[in-house]
Amino acid sequence: VIAIAYAWPAVGVFVVATLLILGGAIGVLIYKNPVHAALSLILCLFGVALAFLAQQADFLAAVEIIVYAGAIVVLFLFVIMFLGVDRTDALEGEPLVGQRTFAAIAVSLVVAGVVFLMASSHWVTGVPSVSTGGVPLHTGSGNVRQIGTALYTTYLIAFEVTAALLIISVVGAVNLARKERPRVGESAQ
Amino acid sequence: MNVPASWYLILAAVLFGVGAFGFLTRRSAIIMFMCIELMLNAVNLTFVTFARSLSDTFAGIAPVSVPGFMVSQIAGALIALGAAKALFPSKDIA
Repeated sequence: VIAIAYAWPAVGVFVVATLLILGGAIGVLIYKNPVHAALSLILCLFGVALAFLAQQADFLAAVEIIVYAGAIVVLFLFVIMFLGVDRTDALEGEPLVGQRTFAAIAVSLVVAGVVFLMASSHWVTGVPSVSTGGVPLHTGSGNVRQIGTALYTTYLIAFEVTAALLIISVVGAVNLARKERPRVGESAQ
Repeated sequence: MNVPASWYLILAAVLFGVGAFGFLTRRSAIIMFMCIELMLNAVNLTFVTFARSLSDTFAGIAPVSVPGFMVSQIAGALIALGAAKALFPSKDIA
């Protein structure tokens, strides 16, 4: 009944995205084999990209596919293959008594609380588009140019902090992976 | 006319819940990482939905895409560190 009020393509896209996202997420939960869980994660990420596209975030949808499905899941699969594909996660039994029950109760309380807050409050917003006076940042069309402008002007500090974080994580990864070698002139211990 | 933002927000909340449940119950470290990815994606979806619903111009969505962009970079860094830790488990670094 509610759906009639909205255009059916938008509703259809939402339903498809929901099915992809929730199906993929539940697949990650229930598959024993990590490879199957990773493939199911790809399904979920495609659903999220579809939801981004439906809300006009084209660039972010492309980033979602390229970075998540293209790089991160491949990295997951790489680690899984490296450690041995045969390892499966035992789903029977719980490491702690009642762990699943407590987790389910806690998670559903949190989700219900968030949804209740969302339903019972209204958003405080400022004047619309106060920074640009209602005109787009650039007359040139496209998400990418606008995101680039915002990233390199208004949000430059966040961008630089992220760059520093990436450098730190590269150094940390190299440090974790480095083998201790004896120096020249010293004998190996 | 797009569907109301609350539909997408509820979807993101449910996705976050599924990810959190998996993180709390699964035992394999790799699958726990995947559940963290699910939660990060739920947050990204929330960002994009608010960007769409709280802005009146198309330009409004671009600045709010910035946190989503940052989150995906942070996720990449996190996964790289996790991979290094999983592949070289002998070091005594927590």
